[in-house]
Amino acid sequence: MPTIVVEVMPKAELLDPQGKAVAGALGRLGKTRFTSVRLGKRFEITVDGHVDDAVLAEVQELADTVLSNSVIEDVVGIHVLEAPAGETH
Amino acid sequence: MRIGVVTFPGSLDDRDAARAIRLAGAEPVALWHGEHDLHDVDALVLPGGFSYGDYLRCGAIASLSPIMAEVISAANGGMPVLGICNGFQMLTEAHLLEGGLIRNDHGSFICRDQGLRVENALTDWTGGFAAGQEITIPLKNGEGGFIASADTLERLEGEGRVVVRYVGMNPNGSLNDIAGISNARGNVVGLMPHPEHAVEPGFGPDTDDAMRSGTDGITFFTSVIERMLVSA
Repeated sequence: MPTIVVEVMPKAELLDPQGKAVAGALGRLGKTRFTSVRLGKRFEITVDGHVDDAVLAEVQELADTVLSNSVIEDVVGIHVLEAPAGETH
Repeated sequence: MRIGVVTFPGSLDDRDAARAIRLAGAEPVALWHGEHDLHDVDALVLPGGFSYGDYLRCGAIASLSPIMAEVISAANGGMPVLGICNGFQMLTEAHLLEGGLIRNDHGSFICRDQGLRVENALTDWTGGFAAGQEITIPLKNGEGGFIASADTLERLEGEGRVVVRYVGMNPNGSLNDIAGISNARGNVVGLMPHPEHAVEPGFGPDTDDAMRSGTDGITFFTSVIERMLVSA
């Protein structure tokens, strides 16, 4: 069955305390090359049936209304996951 | 006078809210998130806790519960609704209140007796206070940082919809030290601090008079009772 990936990130202008905490840990490991980390969410939605424009539009709507909160987050990507080699639909 | 308290999976302070309502002089009515029935209550409290384990976003999944259809409709019809902490998060997720709550800027959970200033003493839940009155009630949250766009913030401030503001210190990075806001009508109020934990001598915050004697929180509940008696 096809899988649709939705990626959500905290808005760029907002403080991201989780990303900041991870960046702090990298700094303590001596990884000074990496100056900042932002941390978001990835949803993998399995679809029963074909993915067509209507399904993608429905996922876009869900991404905007349920999977993200536009006050604090942005939907940064929606794409269909490529099927692993050998799998047939 | 019947005030409903909705229990969601992961609610924590529903019993405390019910107790506060009883101490204030009304009848608490236990409501269940999975029902489509408000049991003829006159007002509603969405209590604190960690509904659905804060999965997705705090309050987000609870805001899609069956009973929220009735809560949203009642709120839009003028019924007093108070969201406390996780309940505040649900109200923003349900678009009954503007803005959002994000992780505390310092990254840690915070639990303390918090000084607040009541900025708006005209809402259904704050009529018993004097504008500018300073109170102390417990605050306990991990994601209590209030944020909103610059436009929204300006409108909230301009319309007097900042209900309570942190004083002494800003515990979570909230913009403009905002601890609670209301809708335009003043019947829906969201608070990050917990008034239901400061309603009974012996179990509240410390005061200058005696340990644990603070009962500033009870006024949120007596306020709504008085407001409903006036309008009855």
